[in-house]
Amino acid sequence: MNTKEITNQEELFVSGHRACHGCGMAIAVRHILKATGKNVIVVTPTGCLETFTSPFGYSPWRVPWIHHLFENGPAIATGVVAALKAQGRDDTRVLAIGGDGSTFDIGFGALSGMLERGDDVLYICADNGAYMNTGGQRSGASPLYSATTTDPAGRSSVGKFQMKKDIPTIVAAHGVPYVATASVAYLKDLEKKIKKAMTYHGPRYIQIDSTCPSVWGFPSDRTLEVGRLAVECGITPLFEMENGEITKVRKIKKKISIEDYLKTQKRFRHLFAGDQGREALKEIQDLADANIRKYGLLKQAKAETTTSSEEVFT
Amino acid sequence: MKVTIGAVVKGGTSLGYKTGNWRDERPVLDMEPCKRCGQCESVCPDSAIHIIDEYYIIDYDFCKGCGLCAYECPADAIEMVQEEK
Amino acid sequence: MSQVQVVEGSEAVAYAVRASRPHVISAYPISPQTHIVERLAQMVADGELDTQYVRVESEFSAASVLSGASAAGSRAYTASSSQGLLLMTEVLYASAGMRLPFVITGVNRTISAPISIQVDHQDTISLRDSGVIQLYVESSQEAYDTHLAAFKIAEDPAILLPVMVCMDGWILTHSYERVSFLKQEEVDRFLPPFQPADFLDVKEPKSWGSYGEEEMLMEFKFTVYDAMQKGKQRIKDVFSDLSLVTGRDYGGLIEAYHTGDAEVVLIGMGSMAGTIKEAVDELRSEGKKVGFVKIRCYRPFPYEDIWEEIKNAQVVGVMEADVSMGSEGAVSMDLKAKVCGRANAPLVLDFIAGLGGREINMDLVREIVGEAEKVCKSGVPFQEPYWAGLNPSILP
Ligand SMILES: Cc1ncc(C[n+]2csc(CCOP(=O)(O)OP(=O)(O)O)c2C)c(N)n1
Ligand code: SF4
Ligand code: SF4
Ligand code: SF4
Ligand SMILES: [Mg+2]
Repeated sequence: MNTKEITNQEELFVSGHRACHGCGMAIAVRHILKATGKNVIVVTPTGCLETFTSPFGYSPWRVPWIHHLFENGPAIATGVVAALKAQGRDDTRVLAIGGDGSTFDIGFGALSGMLERGDDVLYICADNGAYMNTGGQRSGASPLYSATTTDPAGRSSVGKFQMKKDIPTIVAAHGVPYVATASVAYLKDLEKKIKKAMTYHGPRYIQIDSTCPSVWGFPSDRTLEVGRLAVECGITPLFEMENGEITKVRKIKKKISIEDYLKTQKRFRHLFAGDQGREALKEIQDLADANIRKYGLLKQAKAETTTSSEEVFT
Repeated sequence: MKVTIGAVVKGGTSLGYKTGNWRDERPVLDMEPCKRCGQCESVCPDSAIHIIDEYYIIDYDFCKGCGLCAYECPADAIEMVQEEK
Repeated sequence: MSQVQVVEGSEAVAYAVRASRPHVISAYPISPQTHIVERLAQMVADGELDTQYVRVESEFSAASVLSGASAAGSRAYTASSSQGLLLMTEVLYASAGMRLPFVITGVNRTISAPISIQVDHQDTISLRDSGVIQLYVESSQEAYDTHLAAFKIAEDPAILLPVMVCMDGWILTHSYERVSFLKQEEVDRFLPPFQPADFLDVKEPKSWGSYGEEEMLMEFKFTVYDAMQKGKQRIKDVFSDLSLVTGRDYGGLIEAYHTGDAEVVLIGMGSMAGTIKEAVDELRSEGKKVGFVKIRCYRPFPYEDIWEEIKNAQVVGVMEADVSMGSEGAVSMDLKAKVCGRANAPLVLDFIAGLGGREINMDLVREIVGEAEKVCKSGVPFQEPYWAGLNPSILP
């Protein structure tokens, strides 16, 4: 056996998949499976992750994996869980990893049903903020004023006019015991959250900011860097919610302005020209600042919303 | 390749699909300054860096040349060099 | 010894499902299906049925839950109707392609608009191209028997496709009938547990739901087509195995009724078969050479079997409770596709009847046979389908 084989045997998500250069989602999946170990069945609705791992005969998944449709990931997961229960296969757990389109939009009814029923599924949203598999159209997760192919910037448009849906809060409102946000920029933190989620039974939800060099428009070596800037400016707060309360937030190390984050990506380039763009930038800065206050993202600050003790972690 | 009933396939078979020819730039790792921190292995989207007995080995059969390992290396131990095609 | 009870059709189905020991049942209400899943829920509540009963939030999820459960190696079941079946459409196509053998009761009801809860076959017929096997039943007893067969057909390693048992809403689901039930041991002997070769298993990780490149997609589709075609014999075998247990034989893919010397052969499926048989009896007593073919298995379409029963007839009248807007009824199209071009083939006439609960009675069957006889004489078939029972006086 050569050395390559030895090391590839430990990996549950092996080489040879067809993600773009520097794909954040691919990094996330490697670490998700590192954290769960091999006793999981993974459900993936249609989207980038499915497409780059599903060509017939070339599967990178070293755990049992199923893709069915775009809008039914949660219900497929429910079916798998029900079968495992009926068969007494108690030590196999179920993960669903869906894109933001399938999670926020087309599959949201199925997700809500799964959460409400209390099915034992760790649902992970690999959020890249648009429908990337089809070329980058707007989703309910696309950030305010980002340019997408169905909400492009133009002489009379500054991109998407609506805010990103606050799905983690909506999920938590179902009574879900563990909800967290994470980022590919902080992989240890991501693994920790996955591990923690696996200690709970019932539905759990983790939303991962999955930076996407190809469609966000940044060089393929900056995948983590762009994710870090998103956290450091406050637009992407990383937190854990247990039983509806924010219990942990990732503090900002060195606060940066929203421009420092947005200017790294082509999808926000239009904001740096003209008065309309300037106005938009102000609004986005307000959003980031509101997050900073709401979640208490600065070192000394306390979150507005939480009553329980918070912990700083790095 | 023969089709299967229901298109079910064995896991891990993507190792039969080499993505190394997607690469324009090749990461070259210098073990001298390397601090063995594992960051490069951790960030590689293509599971193309392996740690074998303290050594970090890049699998050029699969490395797509994204440059993430080089950018994230705290010791500047990885250099991206142009592939000759 | 089996036991006989007078039960509602829905209850007969619930008994068959319980006896089949499904691991997973998903449930979502829609008339006229709801009594089935309600009865199953009560069985679970009373501790009479050990299953994972999943109360889903839509039919889309109902079918998806079955797909996930089936891929994970469990026998799975749900029931739906009309809008609910249409909502499942995308899931059913994908599940057939992925060869997931669950069972659905398709309780027939028309499709909106206008909204109506009355029976016709438009809902299940709309799913005919999906790769789901479709079996139609005439009575509650046949519904009970056919559900037992359905799991065995679906799970046959040579088939591995979803099976839908189609039964007319209200007429069958809500009427009371004497139904004879098998003992659990008899069912267990007939229907062993589901043990698929491939299932989602951490011990042997496999991937499901691949992308099919253009150089292989046709071959994947062909395997499903082929499973349907080859499945015909397997379906007949399962029906005949079951008939040995029940002592009831409905025929194979079709049931032929006085076709031997018939000049006019009617074709139909579902509960209308009872009325048609009665009408055939009456017409025969008047000296008319009329016969009938009941289609029990609509997909795969049993044209060889039908051909044997119609090849000596002059005219075939297809009575069907569905229509393809812009063309004609689906069953007639199927038959014409397979009959046209054969030497001495009978003329095929399409009769659209019974849409949205419009009654199919003896007079209507007589009217249809009368039209068929006219064509026998003239030798000129009508091109447009004949809308039997249409009331022109209220047309706008
Ligand atoms: C019912 C249905 N509608 C549309 C599509 C086309 N489609 C496939 S993937 C996709 C976008 C996926 O977006 P997201 O869930 O965000 O995943 P991403 O590709 O961004 O990772 C769309 C629109 C589909 N496959 N099925
Ligand atoms: S489009 Fe973005 S998310 Fe999709 S594979 Fe490419 S980099 Fe990854
Ligand atoms: S990231 Fe750099 S220092 Fe760390 S192990 Fe890799 S090459 Fe060595
Ligand atoms: S260049 Fe990219 S693909 Fe190649 S080893 Fe480095 S991180 Fe992996
Ligand atoms: Mg997306």
